[in-house]
Amino acid sequence: MQFLQQLINGITIGAFYALVALGYTMVYGVLKLINFAHGDLFMWGAYLGLTGLTVALAALGYATPWAILPVVVFVMVSVAIMGVLVERIAYRPLRSAGRLAPVISALGVAFILESLARNIYGASWKTYPEGLTPSGGLILPGGVRVSLMQLVVLIVSFLLMAGLYLFVHRTRIGTAMRAVSLDHDVSRLMGIDVDRVIMIVFLIGPGLGGVAGMIVALYYGSFDFTLGWIFGLKAFIAAILGGIGNIPGAMLGGMLLGIIETLGAGYMSPQWKDVIAYLILILILIFRPTGLLGERVAEKL
Amino acid sequence: MTALRERLQKVNPLWWQLGLLLVAILLPLPLGDYHRSVLWRTGLYIILGLSLNIIVGYAGLFQLGHAAFYALGAYTTALLNLYLGVPILLTLPVAILVGAVFGYLLTRPILHLRGDYLCIVTIAFGEVVRLALVNNIFGITGGANGLSGIDRLVLFGFVLRKPIYHYYLVLFFLVFTIFAVRRLENSRLGRAWMYVREDEVAAEAMGIDTVRVKLLAFIIGSGWAALAGSLYAAKITVVSPDQAKFLESVIMFCIVVLGGTGSIPGVFVGTLGMVTLPELSRALKDWRDAWLGLAMVVMMIARPEGLWPSRRIRMEIRAAKEEASIAPAAGN
Repeated sequence: MQFLQQLINGITIGAFYALVALGYTMVYGVLKLINFAHGDLFMWGAYLGLTGLTVALAALGYATPWAILPVVVFVMVSVAIMGVLVERIAYRPLRSAGRLAPVISALGVAFILESLARNIYGASWKTYPEGLTPSGGLILPGGVRVSLMQLVVLIVSFLLMAGLYLFVHRTRIGTAMRAVSLDHDVSRLMGIDVDRVIMIVFLIGPGLGGVAGMIVALYYGSFDFTLGWIFGLKAFIAAILGGIGNIPGAMLGGMLLGIIETLGAGYMSPQWKDVIAYLILILILIFRPTGLLGERVAEKL
Repeated sequence: MTALRERLQKVNPLWWQLGLLLVAILLPLPLGDYHRSVLWRTGLYIILGLSLNIIVGYAGLFQLGHAAFYALGAYTTALLNLYLGVPILLTLPVAILVGAVFGYLLTRPILHLRGDYLCIVTIAFGEVVRLALVNNIFGITGGANGLSGIDRLVLFGFVLRKPIYHYYLVLFFLVFTIFAVRRLENSRLGRAWMYVREDEVAAEAMGIDTVRVKLLAFIIGSGWAALAGSLYAAKITVVSPDQAKFLESVIMFCIVVLGGTGSIPGVFVGTLGMVTLPELSRALKDWRDAWLGLAMVVMMIARPEGLWPSRRIRMEIRAAKEEASIAPAAGN
C-alpha cells in the first residue's frame, strides 16, 4: 500500500521534473548548450506567479481558483520574454565561440537571476495565498490517497507535454526545430531561419518552465530562492537520464527520477534523497552518457 | 615611454619577484585585523585558484566541484585534531594525502567524459560530498553545523592566534605553491598536460598516457586544495559543509577562467575580482552572486581568454576566432 502511495507521489514530482526537463532538452537539442539559467527562469515563474496572484486577488477582493488562469498566462508570457532576452544577450554573441564559453555564460546568467530574485523578493520563504488550490481528493481501493491537486497537476502536465510533442512532430516550425537540432548550416541552406527557430525554442522552453514554477509553488504552497538551483539540477538530471535532446526522453527521465527519488526517500532515508538523484546522474554519465532513449553519437574529432 | 619600458624589461625578473614578496610582507603591517583577514583570505583563494589552475588551466579539464576537496582538507584537520588530538601542523600532510586519494577515487571513473559533461559530473560529486557532510556521515562530521573547537596551530612552541600570523603562514605556502607550479608548468608532465588540453587525440598518438596525465592533474590539484582547506581550519577553528557549497566551486572556477586560464598572474587578478573586492565592499557583498554572474557573461563575450591570460592560451583563442570567422562553424 505504502508502495502505491509513494508511486503516486513520485509520479506527481516526476511530472514537475519532466516539464522543466523539456526546457533543458529543447535548448540542448538546437544549441548543444546546457542552459543553466533554465532552473532560475523556472524559479522566476514561481515568483512572478506570486506577484500576479497577489495583484489579482487584491483586485478581486476574494480568493477563487479562477484567478489562477490569467496569472498563468501572465507568467508564461513574461518568463518566455525573459528566456528570449537571455538568449539574445548572453548566448547569441557566443554562437561560434566553442562549447564551453556559452556554458560559463549560462552559469553566469543563472547567478544573476538568482541574485536578482533574492534581492528583490528577499531571502525568506514565500507562501502562496490560500484558498486557491482545490482541496479534497479521492481514495482509491486499498486506501491510496490521490489529492485533487495531484490529479490537476498530472492532467495539466500531460496536456502540456502532449501538446509540445505534437507541436514538434506535426507542425512546420516543429519540423524546422528538428532540422536545426541536426545541423545549423544545412538547415540554413534549406531556407530555415535558424535564429528564428532558436528564438521560438527560447519562447517555449522557458514559457513551459515558468508555468511549471507556478504549479510547483501552488502544489507545495511555499518556496524560496534556492528552488531554481535544486529543481533545475534535478530536472537536468532527468533530461540526461532520458537522453538529452530527446523530448519523450525528458518525460520518461522526469517520471523515473521522481519515482526513484520518492521511493528512495520513503524506504531508505529522506535525507539522502538528493544524493540518490546525483548518484543516478553520475552512474548514467559513466555507463550510458546518451541516456535511456538517446542515440549513440560518435565522438567528433 | 618605450625607452622606459625597454629598461624595465631588462631588469632581472628575480628583482620583480623579490619586490612583490617584500610588498606582500609589509602590506598587512599598517592594516587592522579585519583587513589582515581579508588579505589572508585573498592568499588562501590564490592557493586554491592555483590548485584548480592545474586541472582547468593546464590540463583543460572542467572541474566545477573543486570546493569538495577544500572541505575534505578542512574536515581532515578537524577530525584528526578533535578525535585523535593530532597537532594541527601534522594534519597538513595528511590532508594533502586525503585530498589526493579522493581526487583519484572520484575522478578515475569520469576521466573519459569531456567538456560540459565533465562539468556536470563534477558538480554532482561536489554536491554529494556536501550532502554527505550535512547528513553527518558515519556520525562524525557534526551535520549542518559542522565541527568547532579545533586547536590553534602551534609552530615551534609559538601559538598562532592573530590574523597576521595566519597571513604569513598562508604567504609562506603561497610562495611555495607558486614556485612549485612554475616548476610543474615547464616540466615533462606540465608539457604533457598542455598537449592533452590542446589536442587529446594527437597527444595520445605521440605516446602520452592521457589517462595517467589527466589523473595526475586531478590528484595534485585536489591534494593542494585540501591543504588550503587545512589552512582555513587552522585559522577559523570551525569547519562546516558550507565550504563545499557549489558557490565556492564557482568562485574558484571563475578565479581561474576569468583571471586567465593557465596563467599564474591571472589567478591573482581573478582572486582580487572574485574574493577581495566583494569582501571589501558591503554593497558588492549583497550582490556578490550577481557580480559573479555578470563577470562571467561579460567576460565570455568580450574577453574569453581572461584578464591576464597566458600567452599560449591567448594565441589559441585568437586562432580559433579567426578560424571561425573564415568558415562559420557548424552549429554543433
